[in-house]
Amino acid sequence: MMPFQSSPLLVAENLSHRFGDFTACDNINLQLYPGEVLGIVGESGSGKSTLLNCLAGHLAPSAGQVLFSTRDEGVVDLYRISEARRRLLSRTDWGFVHQSARDGLRAKVSAGANVGERLMAVGARNYGQIRGEAMHWLERVEIDTARIDDLPRNFSGGMQQRLQIARNLVTKPRLIFMDEPTASLDVSVQARLLDLLRQLVSQLHVAAVIVTHDLAVARLLAHRLMVMRQGQVVEQGLTDQVLDDPQHPYTQLLASSVLQA
Amino acid sequence: MYVAVKGGERAIEASYLALARTRRGDTALPELSIAQIREQMPLAVARVMTEGSLYDRDLAALAIKQASGDLLEAVFLLRAYRTTLPRLLSTLPLDTSKMTIERRISSTFKDVPGGQVLGATYDYTQRLLDFSLAAESGFQVADAVPPQENTKENTQNSPRVMPRVLDFLNAEGLIQQEPVPPGDPAPGDLTREPLAFPAQRDIRLQNLARADEGFVLAMAYSTQRGYANTHPFAGEIRHGSVAVEVIPEELGFAIEIGEIEITECQMVNQFAGSHTEAACFTRGYGLTFGHNERKAMAMGLMDRSLRCEELGEEASAPAQMAEFVLYHSDNVEASGFLQHLKLPHYVDFQSELNLVRALRRKTAQAADAAAEAENLAAEEQFPDAPASDAQKAA
Amino acid sequence: MMESVIEQQQQQQYQQAAVEPEAGYNFAFLDEQTKRMIRRSILKAVAIPGYQVPFGGREMPLPYGWGTGGIQVTAAVLGRDDVLKVIDQGSDDTTNAVNIRRFFRRTAGVATTERTADATLIQTRHRIPETPLSSGQIMIYQVPVPEPLRWLEPSEQQTRKLHAMADYGLMSVGLYEDIARLGKIATSYDYPVVVNNRYMMRPSPIPKFDNPKLDRSPALQLFGAGREKRIYAVPPYTSVKSLDFEDYPFEIESWEHSCSLCGSDASFLDELIVDDHGARMYVCSDSDYCRQRVAAQSAQSTPSGEPS
Repeated sequence: MMPFQSSPLLVAENLSHRFGDFTACDNINLQLYPGEVLGIVGESGSGKSTLLNCLAGHLAPSAGQVLFSTRDEGVVDLYRISEARRRLLSRTDWGFVHQSARDGLRAKVSAGANVGERLMAVGARNYGQIRGEAMHWLERVEIDTARIDDLPRNFSGGMQQRLQIARNLVTKPRLIFMDEPTASLDVSVQARLLDLLRQLVSQLHVAAVIVTHDLAVARLLAHRLMVMRQGQVVEQGLTDQVLDDPQHPYTQLLASSVLQA
Repeated sequence: MYVAVKGGERAIEASYLALARTRRGDTALPELSIAQIREQMPLAVARVMTEGSLYDRDLAALAIKQASGDLLEAVFLLRAYRTTLPRLLSTLPLDTSKMTIERRISSTFKDVPGGQVLGATYDYTQRLLDFSLAAESGFQVADAVPPQENTKENTQNSPRVMPRVLDFLNAEGLIQQEPVPPGDPAPGDLTREPLAFPAQRDIRLQNLARADEGFVLAMAYSTQRGYANTHPFAGEIRHGSVAVEVIPEELGFAIEIGEIEITECQMVNQFAGSHTEAACFTRGYGLTFGHNERKAMAMGLMDRSLRCEELGEEASAPAQMAEFVLYHSDNVEASGFLQHLKLPHYVDFQSELNLVRALRRKTAQAADAAAEAENLAAEEQFPDAPASDAQKAA
Repeated sequence: MMESVIEQQQQQQYQQAAVEPEAGYNFAFLDEQTKRMIRRSILKAVAIPGYQVPFGGREMPLPYGWGTGGIQVTAAVLGRDDVLKVIDQGSDDTTNAVNIRRFFRRTAGVATTERTADATLIQTRHRIPETPLSSGQIMIYQVPVPEPLRWLEPSEQQTRKLHAMADYGLMSVGLYEDIARLGKIATSYDYPVVVNNRYMMRPSPIPKFDNPKLDRSPALQLFGAGREKRIYAVPPYTSVKSLDFEDYPFEIESWEHSCSLCGSDASFLDELIVDDHGARMYVCSDSDYCRQRVAAQSAQSTPSGEPS
């Protein structure tokens, strides 16, 4: 386990979000350190996806703030900076892997263009280099580089997810958000993808926040867990501790229902 | 030897003469008069006025004559003329509840105060070509006696001014309140400002009012076939004349300056409701110059359809996509851009030709290089093999 | 003697002096309020080079798609002392150029010319003249589709955001795809450019051959899109760079032929099919440029002068 740096990469303070009368997230506080993987688990309706969207800059919370430590500009309050800056950061400093690859890829352009797009968005102007980078990342996510000019629809579901991951990693972000990254995939395909994610996260020393309802995914990938229920965090701590020795009755319920491999 | 041909001017002048001849047709027949078109083709005149955004029957009739019956061309003529007109005043909103009714129907109630007045409509005719209309001017309307005007019986039984059906529903609170925006701002003017998004309801209605009837009809139809259904009922359709009033600055009070004939449609749609808001009906509104129910009804469906965001409905169908509907509804824009393809494009085509030829050369070169490589490889593998047919032929 | 008569007649065709406009129209058709509104939009456009300014365009007597934007811009800046040239596909004699020139003759009575060097205002469709422009001239381009990202992103609300954030990655993706698929950038006209290092712009459907003429031109360049109701501008001496990759640089077309009439190998050539067997001939697209060259060459070879 890597020693954590002293200052956090991402901080949420008193974060709440309401949809009309309904409170999706209630007063959430968390800190994420460089290289650390945080799993947010809970059943559907627990507020975990809303929380993720607030953390990732997609949804301005009703209350509270999200602070991010940028590469060059110190700590920024995510919803105080301009939309343009937020967009730029979301392309360079962090990434977002959607549950469905359709939401995270451009369907009408090739795999290579999908992976190279962020480089082009931040000013890369050499076709050869862009293509080279794209090939490198396709290799890293174990996609045959000969398929660099294929359209996403010609890839299987698992490969599309890997393509999405490559697209996010190309600017070497320090943080990746993942929303149920394996949920749409076959069980057999899931295992391979999880393995890949585990490798990449540790090799690249990238921090991650992974939302999942699947405790097996959480156990495999996350250093720490937050258990959410009805908008609130009911328990948090090191993954093994939370799953092997759950304190809160709800966590106990969840943990006991995990199928043993 | 090729000599550059000059003569565009002469060609254009010749085309004007040809057009005038075509427009006139067989000179043995009497020429159409503006009055005839105005009187005997009122539905064409209505459409041209509505889409031309100009209420003037004679000008619309003239445009139809000048356009040889092409109604979209006539609309264009009227719009271009409108550009030259100075804007003097804005009228007060028309009070359609005071309309002098020619025709008024409602599908939501069997009977309503004032009754269901069929008026002049094609609705209950059988669509059989009536060859008696082909006979020339000697033909008279058959023995039907027109109802006497102004008898005591008639004025009691069929009043010409009738309350609006939706006002009854509204009194009961059944129609969703459409609140006035804060400050009650004047409506925008689509003929003066460019369309911008998100477009508010006033601009959307203006766009729909002058939109191509066929387009609005097709979009409305799509909602009836499942591309986002609003479950409409025809609350009321009324056609007749309304007074036009203005408040001149010098007077400071309203005066009537005339009347215009319009068609108004109010559609009543599926109720919206939530935990906090009581269930109610929602409204779609349509309005045209002259008599044009098809357009007013289609407009009513489309008005409601484009209110989806305001009513918390997800916009999934083309008829709910404001940008798609409002950018493609104007037939003057559409026709112009479509037909501009007839203009010379040979310079751009030349560029494309150059590109395609260059690409084909590249492909051919690549194919040749690949074939060469193959042959070399084959030779290296089998140096003593007899030459292939292709190699022999080369 | 004969030659100079022909020359005189030709001169008359090429230039027309100012006349009284037809009664019943305001000068150049539009009312003064509308012209003022358009000029305000033009000022905004000049202040933000390459940015598309929405304007309250009017219906004109020519159809949308046939130059209403260009006509409205010309009408707004035209003055009695201007000399107007109108071209389409590079020539003054194409029917639409003739039509537009007649429109301004009728409604403004301005002097017109076919000589690029003599014009103060040039309204054009799809070409920039070969003769270099000079300071004080105004080029007015007819624009069908003003938005460079339109084929990649159909929504106007989205493209406005992308421009605001200078987020042009999508366009680079398009160029990347061309190279990946075809080995070169497949846009040959209306080739996107970046103006003043900030806004991406469509230069109107001029062939990419003409793009270099936009860069640091001494003339004021105005772009009018009537149907889409947008005006944009490139002020004089402003940088205009065509998009490309470092290793796939922007390049213009070239021909293996030169003009059959004047011999130029530096101008954009029209390809003409001259007989039933498909024989081809190549002639300058810019009719004025070609004619000037032919006139200069025949002047050089007249008996009184030295043979050329």
